[in-house]
Amino acid sequence: MDLSVNLGGLKMRTPVATASGTFGYGPEYVGALDYAQLGAVTVKGVRLDPWPGNPMPRHVEVVGGLVNAIGLQGPGVEAFVEYYVPNYVETVAAAYGTDNVPPMIVNIWGGSVEEYAAVAKRLSEAAAVAGSPIGAVEMNVSCPNVKEGGHTFGQDPAVLEKVVSAVRGAVKLPLIVKLAPNVPDFRPYVAACEAGGADALALINTIPAMVIDIETRRPVLGNRTGGLSGRCVHPVAVKAVYDVHRCTKLPILAMGGVYEAKDAIELILAGATAVAVGTATFTDPGAAARVAAGIADYCGRHGVAAVKDLIGTVEST
Amino acid sequence: MLIDEETTIVSHEAAGPGYRFLVVAAPKLAAALAPGQFVHVKVPSLESSALRRPFSVFDADPAAGTVTVMYKIVGRGTAALAREVPGGKVMVLGPLGHGFPVACTGTPLLVGGGYGVAPLHFLATRLVAAGHKPILFVGGRTKDDLLALDRFAALGVDVRTATNDGSAGAKGFVTDPLDDALIELRQTGGAFELFTCGPDGLLKAVAQRAVGTGRPGWISMDRHMVCGVGGCFACIQKIKLPNGEVYNARCCVNGPVFAAADIVW
Ligand SMILES: Cc1cc2nc3c(=O)[nH]c(=O)nc-3n(C[C@H](O)[C@H](O)[C@H](O)COP(=O)(O)OP(=O)(O)OC[C@H]3O[C@@H](n4cnc5c(N)ncnc54)[C@H](O)[C@@H]3O)c2cc1C
Ligand SMILES: Cc1cc2nc3c(=O)[nH]c(=O)nc-3n(C[C@H](O)[C@H](O)[C@H](O)COP(=O)(O)O)c2cc1C
Ligand code: FES
Repeated sequence: MDLSVNLGGLKMRTPVATASGTFGYGPEYVGALDYAQLGAVTVKGVRLDPWPGNPMPRHVEVVGGLVNAIGLQGPGVEAFVEYYVPNYVETVAAAYGTDNVPPMIVNIWGGSVEEYAAVAKRLSEAAAVAGSPIGAVEMNVSCPNVKEGGHTFGQDPAVLEKVVSAVRGAVKLPLIVKLAPNVPDFRPYVAACEAGGADALALINTIPAMVIDIETRRPVLGNRTGGLSGRCVHPVAVKAVYDVHRCTKLPILAMGGVYEAKDAIELILAGATAVAVGTATFTDPGAAARVAAGIADYCGRHGVAAVKDLIGTVEST
Repeated sequence: MLIDEETTIVSHEAAGPGYRFLVVAAPKLAAALAPGQFVHVKVPSLESSALRRPFSVFDADPAAGTVTVMYKIVGRGTAALAREVPGGKVMVLGPLGHGFPVACTGTPLLVGGGYGVAPLHFLATRLVAAGHKPILFVGGRTKDDLLALDRFAALGVDVRTATNDGSAGAKGFVTDPLDDALIELRQTGGAFELFTCGPDGLLKAVAQRAVGTGRPGWISMDRHMVCGVGGCFACIQKIKLPNGEVYNARCCVNGPVFAAADIVW
């Protein structure tokens, strides 16, 4: 059985990655799941300089999911490249062997077009070092939790094209652009990503959301609002992937409420080339590996020789 | 290395009104856990997307292969957990976080409030085994809030209590008997270290005393957590670095135990 897929140039051993912001910088879950089953590991959003993130509380549990407003806390690209990247390779290789270090998808964001490009350039240099795990760049233009950057770039197709082409000019690595689900029509955004030179699209990011404490009459989150993820967003992701797949040839990395293989296969049938497991990992650290094994099992049961044969094969008539 | 162990409930008994002792057979975790570390528990009967619940380790017995947590029923997760019976399976993730330092100079002074005595109990077992004579200071609103005192007494720990209503021990705050002991230690010149876990107000009071006396203070902080492993940045506490810079530490991996002098309140 062939579980491998090619996501816009990123070769993945299985079609299952981890989702940004739910898997730290990669080594945090060593011991809790078999990294050999992962097609890629996506790390927490990285920007140019260190960023403190939002005030506490940064999350609230809701039935079927989670609302978070972490606010993209991070150490900045230099510390990321100097410490976190080598630490990832060493820790994962020590536990699972050098052949089983999944490629790293580096999620990036910035407060300006120039900042996105500068982060991408630094990652491009880092990726050129022998043994670097960096396999792709994922641009977050859709985080609902940070006013200073992120989603503003994903809201306007003209700005989106500008920032994508600036990053494209700075990296040869496969370039993935991560979109928000809360737009009335994906087509202008997809067209902007294509025009800007993206190799793949990722969706969905979290959905803007809010929780109010009725006793205090105050928003629960320190940031007041946040983003919804988890099981409850899965049907939204399926629809988004279905719509986007029908208007582009770019491969899609799909995320949103993947807990079981069944959820991943739905997304693949809707048009995804690969999936990422996010919030599910919090409840079940082994979720991503379990999903990969379940996809293999499904292919076996359905006589599917290669998982790529399933992409976009939902019957629409 | 993390261990996500499928454990079996060995016993599940009351630890006071509204409190439970949960003992699980978890040989791998029992051998790996250190005092001050915590575990992340998947409550079996909650919906499959419910987050795990973090609990300090009250005891880990490598010989028996058991891990004990002591918890308070406060919300839907702990209420659902309380309905589990012996023989049931529970997924437990650990060992998580940086615990208390293993070496102690002088008399260990343990200060607990509410379920905050849980990690102090595990610590006391190891301190006693290493030949220390810890003193436990424990406070609460009423005598019902003073938990597991018999377990500390059985270890030979000197237990000093205070309650706000005077229903057990001295009437007042736990810092009263603590301050008495600190005065005595100052007079005799005895060395000591402070270890604490409990509500933030108590932690701050103990941290101030550690900083004020220039002695080491080890503060175990309780912050709402999502992943418990450093993966999500939900559990932040402002911490001072050696170079004076302040950063948002992740309580689950950089803590939950921090040095008193490093905490920015
Ligand atoms: C490192 C650490 C050690 C802990 N040790 C113990 C212990 O030994 N004994 C004990 O009784 N409790 C302990 N707690 C607190 C315990 O995790 C919460 O009481 C428990 O999660 C409440 O869950 P619930 O579903 O009953 O409450 P709900 O209020 O319904 O929970 C809703 C959400 O908030 C979170 N939450 C609520 N209260 C807390 C809290 N005080 N701290 C962290 N998260 C919270 C829950 O995990 C859940 O995600 C510890 C917390 C941390 C962070
Ligand atoms: C706590 C948390 C932090 C996240 N941080 C990021 C981030 O830094 N960058 C990003 O592009 N997406 C981030 N996301 C979004 C996820 O990568 C994913 O797109 C979304 O949660 C939907 O997938 P899920 O339902 O499987 O979690 C975050 C999500 C969560 C829950
Ligand atoms: S709970 Fe996720 S980083 Fe601490």
